[in-house]
Amino acid sequence: MAGSTLEIKNLHVSIEDKEILKGVNLTIKGGEFHAVMGPNGTGKSTLASAIMGHPKYEVTDGSVLLDGEDVLEMEVDERARAGLFLGMQYPSEISGVTTSDFLRSSINARREEGDEIPLMKFIKEMDSALDYLEIDKNMAQRYLNEGFSGGEKKRNEILQLMMIKPEIAILDEIDSGLDIDALKVVSKGINKLRDENFGCLIITHYQRLLNYITPDVVHVMMQGRVVKSGGPELAQRLEAEGYDWIKEELGIEDETQEQNA
Amino acid sequence: MAKNMPEMEEYKYGFHDKDVSVFRSGKGLTPEIVKEISRMKEEPQWMLDYRLKALEHFYSRPMPQWGGDLSELNFDEIVYYVKPSERQGKTWDEVPDEIKQTFDKLGIPEAEQKYLAGVSAQYESEVVYHSLKEDLEEMGIVFKDTDTALKENEELFKEYFGKVIPATDNKFAALNSAVWSGGSFIYVPKGVKATTPLQAYFRINSENMGQFERTLIIVDEGASVHYVEGCTAPVYTTNSLHSAVVEIFVKKDGYCRYTTIQNWANNVYNLVTKRATCDANATMEWIDGNIGSKLTMKYPAVLLRGEGARGNTLSIAIAGKGQLQDAGAKMHHLAPNTSSTIVSKSISKQGGKVSYRGMVHFGRKADGARSNIECDTLIMDNESTSDTIPYNEVYNNNISLEHEAKVSKVSEEQLFYLMSRGLTEEEATEMIVMGFIEPFTKELPMEYAVEMNRLIKFEMEGSIG
Repeated sequence: MAGSTLEIKNLHVSIEDKEILKGVNLTIKGGEFHAVMGPNGTGKSTLASAIMGHPKYEVTDGSVLLDGEDVLEMEVDERARAGLFLGMQYPSEISGVTTSDFLRSSINARREEGDEIPLMKFIKEMDSALDYLEIDKNMAQRYLNEGFSGGEKKRNEILQLMMIKPEIAILDEIDSGLDIDALKVVSKGINKLRDENFGCLIITHYQRLLNYITPDVVHVMMQGRVVKSGGPELAQRLEAEGYDWIKEELGIEDETQEQNA
Repeated sequence: MAKNMPEMEEYKYGFHDKDVSVFRSGKGLTPEIVKEISRMKEEPQWMLDYRLKALEHFYSRPMPQWGGDLSELNFDEIVYYVKPSERQGKTWDEVPDEIKQTFDKLGIPEAEQKYLAGVSAQYESEVVYHSLKEDLEEMGIVFKDTDTALKENEELFKEYFGKVIPATDNKFAALNSAVWSGGSFIYVPKGVKATTPLQAYFRINSENMGQFERTLIIVDEGASVHYVEGCTAPVYTTNSLHSAVVEIFVKKDGYCRYTTIQNWANNVYNLVTKRATCDANATMEWIDGNIGSKLTMKYPAVLLRGEGARGNTLSIAIAGKGQLQDAGAKMHHLAPNTSSTIVSKSISKQGGKVSYRGMVHFGRKADGARSNIECDTLIMDNESTSDTIPYNEVYNNNISLEHEAKVSKVSEEQLFYLMSRGLTEEEATEMIVMGFIEPFTKELPMEYAVEMNRLIKFEMEGSIG
């Protein structure tokens, strides 16, 4: 069997007793790139955080399985070691911890004790990833995300993705705040990982990212659910026509999760 | 998230060897004991007179009523002097095996091989092993234990001893002045720059024994030195007292850095008076780490009395269960264009208390002086506390003073971020804490930074709240 499978079934998620996700169903397999699109406030980021286990989000119903294992029973770090990765929209700043030290710890967290990545191998891999993402080598010695520009933070997330090599990655608005050059570089990094062992869920507000990363499946979220799925042509139609035609088709007036449909 | 609360392991350096001391004073403090100490050390009369006068002052001063609770400190229960062996070991071969074993457990020989320029290791009250690399001697640097310096460099000693911290300064300075023993004496001649740090290890090894070392450092014009002192102590059930006095003189254009990491066991009262004076364009830096002790009260001070003098204090304090770290800094701006920075980092956990207590004084002559104070606290749980108590005295309008204080907790977002990369909650917390103190550890010599990181990791075990 090639790659891992992430199955999200009837996922209901609340934050502070307010239901945001109202039954999301998605299956991502190794080798597949899925895009989740939708207007603001429809639950896209909630989906990403809930899968990874952010403590603020409470799963009230449904299941998330990774290769049949119950992800919802796992701690955040166990989910990571099981093969999940979340590229964050707003990565935290960690003062005093260099990007390089953090990367090495993250890689070693997935390896057995006594089987840590050799230092020289690590440095070689990091240097080549930095080059590939056109990141200044100084970043490795800078404190994690501290004083980084928006673009640097996003590149740093992709750097981590490339180094950690998860089975399934969820990228939460990895394109927000990027200029066109940075967007191209970030896309190049993600595309490099494309193979049958890697599955990716790309959450994006804009279609423009999908000009550089061609998804296999496109999902549209509204009111806390996936309301439409299709091929790459769906994204193109959304780019050309916006979301109104979907709302019309489905009889939705307010697309945010505020409304009980 | 899982809340693992493993029990703190036994204090890591909590071994203690068989007592090999030859002489120890009884408990309690009398003029007879002070006379006996002075007689055994074959001191000149002036030192005995000085000790006895200091003792009177010690008797007459009331216990401080501020800072920490000293009510359980019983001066009658303390042994004031222990002489570990008949004479000082001048070479490693002459050092008794049992003492060597203690040093082995602390990893001293390796550290020495790699980095030490000279070692003055204090075992109980007397310096037993003292080596000085030839290049230091060639440069004319004097680095010896304070008792030997009194014998061999009496004139120099007398000129500076007690001049920046008089016996009457405070109750504990008076106590130290009465019963002091051991410590380091350093003289760096004009224009000489010591390229490697000078280091000494201190250690309390006897139950109920107070340690009263006395350090005197004189950095002559244009000279520079970095002195490093590290402490560990074994665990005992009754209270121990460490009350040191450190006096430093930095002459015109001189530079001195004094690095301490104290890791006393959690029943030690650590009451230390440290003060330096800086002449024109001289620089004094206190790098001060407080991890152990039951109660620490320590406020390294700099008297900036020459134009353009600089004083820096960079400190870290970590308080766990039953601990109070009342630490800080004092900067006295007494001349024009003097400058100072104070960076205080503190961590409280498992009900520990940390206080930053600092004083910045700008005298009438301090035209153009400036001071920058930064206090950062990381509170690990809801039982732990932190206080910031800054005093400012300003007698000159043409000065600049900035104070920044920040209290933070390990945030949910930071933990989530690090854990989403596979680090456990404990590893993630540790990483955030290590990052927090990194501005301190990066200033330490390599082997100390390694040791410091090990200590912090050990300290932080089971601190996730």
